[in-house]
Amino acid sequence: MSESSNRQADVLVIGGGIHGLSTALYLAQAGVKVTVLEAEYCGRHASGVNAGGVRTLGRHVAEIPLALSSRDLWHELKHTLGDDGGFVPSGQLKLAESQADLEECRLRIEQLQALGFCHEVLVDQQQVFDTVPTVSRHVTGGIWVKDDGYAVPFKTVTAFRLAAQKRGVRIHENTPAQRIEQTGTRWRVSTPAGHFSAEHLVVTAGAWAGGLAAQIGEPVPVHPEGLMLMVTHRVAPFCVPVLGATSRALSFKQFSNGTVVIGGKLVGSLDFLARHGEVEMERLGSSARTVTDLFPHLRHLGVNRVWAGVEAFTADDLPVIGASRKASNLSYSFGFCGSGFQMGPGTGKRLAQLILGEHSDISLEPFAIDRFNRAASAPPGAFQSASTIAHP
Amino acid sequence: MNRESVEVVVIGAGAAGMAAATRMAGLGLQVVLLDEQGSPGGQIYRGITLAPLSRRDLLGPDYAHGNQLAQALASSSVRYEKGASVWQVTREHQVSYLREGRLYTLDAKAVLLATGAMERPFPITGWTLPGVMSAGAAQILLKSAGLAPSEPVVLVGCGPLLYLLGWQYLRAGVTIKALVDTTRPEDYWRARRHLFAALRAWPYLRKGLELMRSLRSAGIAHYTGAEQLAVEGGEAAQALTFSASGKAQRIDTRCVLLHQGVVPNIQFSQALRARHEWDLDQLCFRPVTDAWGELDVPDVFVAGDGAGIGGAQAAAVQGQLAALGIAARLKSIGTAERDDQARPLRVQLEANLRIRPFLDALYQPKEQNRIPADEVMVCRCEEVTAGELRSFVALGCAGPNQAKSFGRCGMGPCQGRMCGLTVTEIIAKARGVSAAEVGYYRIRPPIKPITLGELAGE
Repeated sequence: MSESSNRQADVLVIGGGIHGLSTALYLAQAGVKVTVLEAEYCGRHASGVNAGGVRTLGRHVAEIPLALSSRDLWHELKHTLGDDGGFVPSGQLKLAESQADLEECRLRIEQLQALGFCHEVLVDQQQVFDTVPTVSRHVTGGIWVKDDGYAVPFKTVTAFRLAAQKRGVRIHENTPAQRIEQTGTRWRVSTPAGHFSAEHLVVTAGAWAGGLAAQIGEPVPVHPEGLMLMVTHRVAPFCVPVLGATSRALSFKQFSNGTVVIGGKLVGSLDFLARHGEVEMERLGSSARTVTDLFPHLRHLGVNRVWAGVEAFTADDLPVIGASRKASNLSYSFGFCGSGFQMGPGTGKRLAQLILGEHSDISLEPFAIDRFNRAASAPPGAFQSASTIAHP
Repeated sequence: MNRESVEVVVIGAGAAGMAAATRMAGLGLQVVLLDEQGSPGGQIYRGITLAPLSRRDLLGPDYAHGNQLAQALASSSVRYEKGASVWQVTREHQVSYLREGRLYTLDAKAVLLATGAMERPFPITGWTLPGVMSAGAAQILLKSAGLAPSEPVVLVGCGPLLYLLGWQYLRAGVTIKALVDTTRPEDYWRARRHLFAALRAWPYLRKGLELMRSLRSAGIAHYTGAEQLAVEGGEAAQALTFSASGKAQRIDTRCVLLHQGVVPNIQFSQALRARHEWDLDQLCFRPVTDAWGELDVPDVFVAGDGAGIGGAQAAAVQGQLAALGIAARLKSIGTAERDDQARPLRVQLEANLRIRPFLDALYQPKEQNRIPADEVMVCRCEEVTAGELRSFVALGCAGPNQAKSFGRCGMGPCQGRMCGLTVTEIIAKARGVSAAEVGYYRIRPPIKPITLGELAGE
């Protein structure tokens, strides 16, 4: 059976989230013919329904070079896409709420400086109060990153999508990839809408990517979770930067329209077969408490919507990015453990370079798909758990 | 947080909820009836137990019918919780609500959604101006607080509620400047094939005719077949313009009350991800249920207008049928007994619904008032116009949920309650596909307002 010409491409991308679309965009800019297959619609899951944090703060050290390169692309987004995706370089601030928290922040900064990274800066209590005058007085200080910020997830994904389409990328929505196989030099992807084929295949399918990798004998210790978020009604501006906390789960920001988005990797429940995350009210309650502790004046602010997005988590809290170790002309980018939105532009560009055979100084080795097998025989501690140092 | 296990939770104490709860209690079930309002009655019988006799008289004999349902409820073993605002129901039957600022959760074996209807949006030019309200909202003010407009009003649209409000306003001494009816002569022609069935529901039909007659005999200007409706005004409504019988009309008014029917309130059934279908006669989504009102979510039932518009009397019967279905499911009665008890109810339901096809055909809202011109505001919260929505479709937006991605449509404080149906129909028409294919917004909690402090349990 042969595919019609519009079902053939140089590169097939499975997954129309920010990673798939930015990879497609950078490939198309180099003249590559790209087709994106999206199971539902672009940005339906983690990419489009996350909290919108554009954060290098608190990253696992292995992620920092890629995150910093991505940050530069965020600042140029308007130029690249013709739309800034609602990006605001508001800065991000991780709050210390006790002396112990502050000490933890100090150690983090020392560790980063020893590695040559200076984007995170320790700030004292007064600097926090100057930056966020409304915050509760028990805060002791924190870590500040000036060039971080936030964007509007669905707006960003739509901007990437439209820019990619403008450069000739074909996008097929409601077209879930079912079986992937390589026959000869071509990848063939079967969907309910028929077969698609290309020389190169890119899997950027978020929580569903692990299943595709397993199809070609590359299982990854990855599992899906439903991450909860809530957004409030509009309130007068009171907080410019994005806030996190050191010893509690919190990600908090006020958008320019006045709404406040509250998250922080709060795990809800998941109906994976139905591709649906559900909210767990008790955990939401503890998140609301964190917010009212830090900003007592928000107690009377109404919650407009709570939701849960479906995202993939790996065993070591790091994503899988790079070439397959089992098959040729196959690349992956998934498993961002709830921190992938900021990485979208940089990872897409880096993956496109990999596929095009271009040089980059940024190593993808820490994200290799076969690292989990190697880790089993490697000495413990080869990959430090991000949760011990990461901004939650 | 207060948490307990109960047998059945009923949400909403309107006609369906009151009848269902009372019947289930009679069958020996432990029933909690959660009601957002301060007293039973729902929308149609709002405040029935509290309204002074003079107001009951003003509102008419139908309103007083609700009293029987409320009295039966009061003398039953049902635990009626007033002021209980339910903000989440899960597929596992966990019902979370807020009462006097405190959180409560009930784990139920079965849940009955009896949340009734809401008014269909009426998106025309100027519908967002101050001075423009829905007739239903105006009626709530009348029922709950005895409040009526101080300015002469213009009633616009079609449907029983609009005429009933006119009749109630007449009795309350409100000046009605005009009744601008969108019903055309050919609508009567279209509805005529259902007239025989409607005649068998004579009391209902007679009631409607009497309403219309009293409006006419009061000398109220009555325009029919009104088209190209628009409200004029800068800061607030100043005039209604339209054409009727081929003539352009302009009525100066500072109070315009719009109405073009009610549609099922599907917030909970959508949030539960139950299957819904597009009703081609009523032009709205309704949940798919079995003969007892059960959704495709096990042990979650729906009764009354929330399952499709049938009116208060039908709702009370549907409530009882759902009660029997739940009782059998919880083994309080056997299926044979359920079917026996249901038999007279089904006969009654058929009689109550006889008028419906006639009303649906006669008062079907006009396409121009459902699928507006480009300049008309559709999403009031985020200020998205019909034209902008159409431009999203041109860029590949296939449904309401994507419309959020393209331009925040439906993401404001009302979460699509005011624009959902309009957005579905605009996208369907622009894409040239059915409303069923386009679908509806994904509904998420909180279904009712809750603050951060309340959620935090403070």
